[in-house]
Amino acid sequence: MIKLTINSLDVSVEKGTTILEAARFLGFPIPTLCHMEGLSSYGACRLCVVEIGEGPRAKLVSSCTYPAEEGMKVRTASARVLKARKMILELLLASCPQSKTIQDLASAHGIRQQRFKQEYEDCILCGLCVRMCQEQMMAKAIGFRNRGEKRSIGTPFDVKSDICRLCGGCMYICPACQLRCTYNEPQKAICGGCANLTPPCVDKEQFDDMMCYMDPCVACEIKKD
Amino acid sequence: MMQQKDVVSQKVNNHSQDDINPEDILKILDEHSEGMGSLIAVLEDIQIKYGYLPEKALRIVSEKTNRSLVDIYGVATFYKFFSLHPKGKHLICACLGTACHVRGAPRVVAELEQQLSIKAGQTTEDKEFTLETVNCLGACALGPVVVIDGHYFSKVRRSNIKQLLDKAREGFDKVDIGKDERIFPIEVSCVHCKHSFKDEEFSIDGYPSIGLNAAVNGKKGRVRLSSLYGSYNVSTEFEIPQGMVVSFTCPHCNAEISDVSECPDCGAPLISMLVKGGGAVRICSRRGCKNHMLDLV
Repeated sequence: MIKLTINSLDVSVEKGTTILEAARFLGFPIPTLCHMEGLSSYGACRLCVVEIGEGPRAKLVSSCTYPAEEGMKVRTASARVLKARKMILELLLASCPQSKTIQDLASAHGIRQQRFKQEYEDCILCGLCVRMCQEQMMAKAIGFRNRGEKRSIGTPFDVKSDICRLCGGCMYICPACQLRCTYNEPQKAICGGCANLTPPCVDKEQFDDMMCYMDPCVACEIKKD
Repeated sequence: MMQQKDVVSQKVNNHSQDDINPEDILKILDEHSEGMGSLIAVLEDIQIKYGYLPEKALRIVSEKTNRSLVDIYGVATFYKFFSLHPKGKHLICACLGTACHVRGAPRVVAELEQQLSIKAGQTTEDKEFTLETVNCLGACALGPVVVIDGHYFSKVRRSNIKQLLDKAREGFDKVDIGKDERIFPIEVSCVHCKHSFKDEEFSIDGYPSIGLNAAVNGKKGRVRLSSLYGSYNVSTEFEIPQGMVVSFTCPHCNAEISDVSECPDCGAPLISMLVKGGGAVRICSRRGCKNHMLDLV
């Protein structure tokens, strides 16, 4: 067992437990975006930053990837942590201002104003969908491509993958909705649930959204227009 | 001027997607059987063979190594060395690092773009040139640096560019054998009868050739080798397919001149000849194998 202090509360956890797990066990809320139980930790969104160490050696680390250490002193809501978290959220909001998940988080952290240019990116490169595809769906149909500012998520060569079973898991889990329904371009479609129905949902008048994870469904929006 | 032969050998043969032979890819995969860690080495070899990474090749690699295509595609798009599109015959790399930048590299790149009428990162329509920019080549004191087909050019100015492109079109690799000090003529003779193989009537590379009798697949004829040590120029009276092992005999005493030793590269018998002035030269008897060694006494 490892003994550590979280917000000056002593706790002992098993070896290999992350700070995030220990803090949640004690009931300290730490917001996360790219962390999900059942998927490996990735540390992409940095929302779960906490402060460890003391004095001038204190530093910010992502709690979802940092294993608990003996005698560690963790602060989950110090002024420095809150400031950093707010900045991260503001930047995430700038890249995906239309994401409901990010909007809610930003609002909960008291962000009332957007200082950065909005990019409308549709993707924060959190890798949830990549991990979902690989670890839960055992498919590995999508992944990261390119690097730097050109980094993106998608299938190899931008064509429908042979491995993809159109499960829709990637879209279900996405906090920013990069893999938007592309029913109007079926060769690039990843979900295709609606396209596989007979008659396809865009052709049918009264179709309830039972196969569609999108809210609102883009295909349905097109149908309405 | 630095010479980088391995870079030069990457010069693109303009393969289209259909030209990819799965056997070639399998051969490359066989050479790198160290498991998961060899992916980059495999991709490098494919890139060197085709000049780019064809989609079909990546799919074969994915299938044979049981790695998902998306991982391979991720690696292929991550590194700048790899290209998913065919490159031109000549690769121009213009440095845009800080030192080159302040010495006017952007103007050099603009001039290159204008003369080739492409943008950086693109290939000309005739597939002659590909223009790329790099962030630093580590030769900052010599900036602006431009690398064309592995040859480095320093302190490039806008006025030099036309000349450089013309030179690149001609090719930098044409070695003038007469002026190259690494290549020198030798006179050789038979190990058995000590008669010279010098063939005064037939010249290769401007020097009398080495005339030998050769036999392959029951066909017999004269084979003349260049007497320049380091030159692989050969003239044969009949067609000898690449990779065939040829048995050589002395034109004077008709004795077999093959050695007991084998070529360390391909395993074919070596043939040995005495060098005038002492020593022996041994060359591989396989057509296309370039193994040779000179033992001077």
